[in-house]
Amino acid sequence: MSCVLQAEGLTKRYHHAAALDGLDLQLPAGKIIGLLGPNGSGKTTFMKIAAGLLTPTTGQITVCGQAIGPKSKALVSYLPDRNCFSKRMKVAQMLDCYQDFFPDFDRARAEDMLSALAIDRDARFQTLSKGTQEKVQLVLTMSRRARLYLLDEPIGGVDPAARDYILHTIINNYDPDATVLISTHLISDVERVLDEFLFLYQGKVIRQGEADAAREESGKSLDELFREVFKCLPNC
Amino acid sequence: MNWKFSGDRPVYQQIMENIRGSVLRGELPPGGKIPSVRDLAAQAQVNPNTMQRAMTELEREGLLVSGGTSGRTVTTNLEVLSDMKEQILEDLARECAEKFMVFGVTPSQAAQRLLALDQKKEEMK
Repeated sequence: MSCVLQAEGLTKRYHHAAALDGLDLQLPAGKIIGLLGPNGSGKTTFMKIAAGLLTPTTGQITVCGQAIGPKSKALVSYLPDRNCFSKRMKVAQMLDCYQDFFPDFDRARAEDMLSALAIDRDARFQTLSKGTQEKVQLVLTMSRRARLYLLDEPIGGVDPAARDYILHTIINNYDPDATVLISTHLISDVERVLDEFLFLYQGKVIRQGEADAAREESGKSLDELFREVFKCLPNC
Repeated sequence: MNWKFSGDRPVYQQIMENIRGSVLRGELPPGGKIPSVRDLAAQAQVNPNTMQRAMTELEREGLLVSGGTSGRTVTTNLEVLSDMKEQILEDLARECAEKFMVFGVTPSQAAQRLLALDQKKEEMK
């Protein structure tokens, strides 16, 4: 029963182009789920709607039974695919900001992770490398005790060692009540941590299932399956 | 334990093979304690649900014994252990035979080759 997110007929149009086209989706609790799809398939649009940054053109979406609004935002920890802070802020100020905004923010956990990644709290955000900026934002996102984590391309810009650390963080934060939704193109890097996967194409879910079941059935990795499924589709 | 996974097979099955191997090699002795699912998942860098599934399956096979709150241990039932060893060796032999067959070498010819290999080693000494 326990569904963390429920979407029905979710559609988002930008003028005439539909980024999401009648998307139906239920995300169970306690799972790590991969949101996989080619560029322009609607992954970021879906996450932004669930995070409350965009309103859908039509359709319904709820998080833990709450309509999108202040109550749902308190339950959702969102990692955007770009920087969302003023570049002049210091890392410590970003921690303060999260502490102010989110009652579920665990500052000690964030400080631990920053230390593990050797990130200076007094550094200004703009002086950090692109990869380090991404790490800081991920640390903030994962330090909340949320019910739903939306991670938009969390490992895209970081080195392989930091990728391992990020995956390690996601595994260590595992909470049977919370669900983590990860969108990425780097499927081979994340696939061993995924319970389930969703293939998104032209704003619709075209395939979903359990990662191990798919491997058993097809004898292929999710990465190979992705390449196969999206190879035969036009316009991608 | 050495955690390496290939992507094209279910991860939980690979975990099971890995743990069976550790028991057979004596790294996990009969009656030995198994770390918690959470610790193992962190070590292997896999999803805790996947690790849980592998543990449950190994319990069903009888290799691991659930001790309630005190955690899991390796079975002390020697019959289960020897059956498992038998099974693994049989699988290995079958796989080996299939590989030889690709080159048209029958199992008995393959056996002779293995023996010859052994003799060579003896002579080296």
